[in-house]
Amino acid sequence: MSYIDIVPIGEVEETVLSFLKQSIFQTFKIQTRIRNRPFDLSLAYDPVRDQYNSSGLLLELINEPPPETLKILGVTELDLFIPIFTFLFGEAQLNGIGALVSAHRLHNQFYGISGNRELLESRLLKEGIHELGHTFGLIHCFTLKCVMKSSTYVEEIDQKSIQFCKSCEQEVLHWRNGRSISLK
Amino acid sequence: MNNQGVGILVVDDEFSVRDSLCNWFRNEGYRTETAESGSEALRKLQDSLWDIVLLDIKMPGMDGMELQKHIKKIDNTIIVIIITAYATVDTAVDAMKEGAFDYLSKPIDPDKLSILIRNAVNQRRLIAENIQLRQKVEELTLQDEIVGESPQIKKILEMIDTVAKTDATVLIRGESGTGKELVAQAIHGKSNRRYFPIISINCGAFPEGLLESELFGHEKGAFTGAQYKRKGKLEMANGGTIFFDEIGNIAAKMQMDLLRVIETKQFTPLGSNKVVNVDFRIIAATNSDLEKKVAEKDFREDLYYRLNVFSIQIPPLRERTMDIPPIAHYFLDKYARSMNKDVTDISPEAMRILTQYNWPGNIRELRNTIERALVVVGKKNRIEVEDLNLLFLPKANPPGDSLEEIEKAHVKRILEQSDWNISRSAETLKIDRVTLYNKIKKYGLQR
Repeated sequence: MSYIDIVPIGEVEETVLSFLKQSIFQTFKIQTRIRNRPFDLSLAYDPVRDQYNSSGLLLELINEPPPETLKILGVTELDLFIPIFTFLFGEAQLNGIGALVSAHRLHNQFYGISGNRELLESRLLKEGIHELGHTFGLIHCFTLKCVMKSSTYVEEIDQKSIQFCKSCEQEVLHWRNGRSISLK
Repeated sequence: MNNQGVGILVVDDEFSVRDSLCNWFRNEGYRTETAESGSEALRKLQDSLWDIVLLDIKMPGMDGMELQKHIKKIDNTIIVIIITAYATVDTAVDAMKEGAFDYLSKPIDPDKLSILIRNAVNQRRLIAENIQLRQKVEELTLQDEIVGESPQIKKILEMIDTVAKTDATVLIRGESGTGKELVAQAIHGKSNRRYFPIISINCGAFPEGLLESELFGHEKGAFTGAQYKRKGKLEMANGGTIFFDEIGNIAAKMQMDLLRVIETKQFTPLGSNKVVNVDFRIIAATNSDLEKKVAEKDFREDLYYRLNVFSIQIPPLRERTMDIPPIAHYFLDKYARSMNKDVTDISPEAMRILTQYNWPGNIRELRNTIERALVVVGKKNRIEVEDLNLLFLPKANPPGDSLEEIEKAHVKRILEQSDWNISRSAETLKIDRVTLYNKIKKYGLQR
């Protein structure tokens, strides 16, 4: 059986991970599991920016995956960056195995407003599905409500839905059928 | 709207920057490649077409500023976005003065990059659209060509080229049907105003009161029947050209009003108290003898001088018979295509008749003759004599086939066309006056 592994990087609440496990299964119809593993975060930390290098974490995340792992979604509360960008909500390998999503800038509190648990989970799920979508070969979509629509600020994440548009959904289905992925 | 087909080239000597931006743009659906140096970028720019180049200012070897100059030489519509470290913002500003679209400071804010690229793509699309529309306008404005090979028509084409580049008022003179409006359109089509409209008004077609409302427009209720506010032709021509056909036919009051508009480029619509400012070029045409009208006080002298800044005289078709075959063929092609007929030629005999006829209705009459011939031509693939309207056939007996007979008839016709003006006839025949006198004597030609 093939799995989408949900891997916490640093401290992530169990309830959030469980929510993602269930919701991502519903979206991709591929078994999901939470897989804990150690990370050496100091390698990705940049003290000047006080942020974590996303590409470094992603490389570590995909290092030596179990044979039954189909895709990996790293989930973290850390603030991510890549050298050229000030921040990232997430990063993924197009047509690859690994994706990474950060909740750091998805909290309302980051923007000085009171927290909203439901909204946070919804944003994290959308970004998680979005980054995983890239690993299935999907590029950004121009359909307003499609989860693959690019978002560079949280309001844009809130505007889109957790669903793929018909065309993106077809591509994921096509990808899955091409590999005869078990739906069990 | 998607990004497929939009090409972005990322030029930076740092691998991580190239890699990150490349991945970012690929995820967005752009066609993306990278170059680590100016020379590699130039190779890629020559190999394929790019819409946007993201360019690091500080690179070893050829720096970003120098590369930008090369890019603009290759294609100055490529959008260049400068990437710079904070310390080199001044250089980025210099780059913008050299034509860069914008600049981004490292590290780049994803929001800003996203918006900037979206704007750049829109700008690129607008430029492409603008080029397409300009081509379209040029095709449309040059719909009908001025056809002819005679020295007279070549001279007119030269005059059109000369005056089109200026904003001077043009007075086109010529008999009815000689193509005065076509000349006006050609001037407008070659002028800097060509992307604005050319508005034509036939001054002879309106009674005085109506011409006023047609030109100046009116407010609702300005006069009986003015149920709606209406823009006048002067306002519609704003930015473009207004063509007054049959200018010699306008009434005295209208002449005064028009003079004021020409002088001030301002007017007040009927029933309005608001002054409208306009900017247009004036081209007027007439087939009347304006000088005579001025002498008889039927046309204002000051208006005459205002209009007659640059004058183009179009000769009647009978004075440039060598233009008849190409014009006839031009209309043959045009109407055969529009009527979907496979008629490709005019028989020599039919062409002889066409060139001998004196065409009082000028090109308009020739056009109608060809159009009519195409209707009656049936299944033949060329126009024959019987397809021409018999009323139009020359009354004179055609000359015989000998060279002498043809020359006699031709010299006689040219003399008659110029009202026996020896100098003008000699010039048309491209012989000297003595030779012409000898031919008159030889053939016993008389007035």
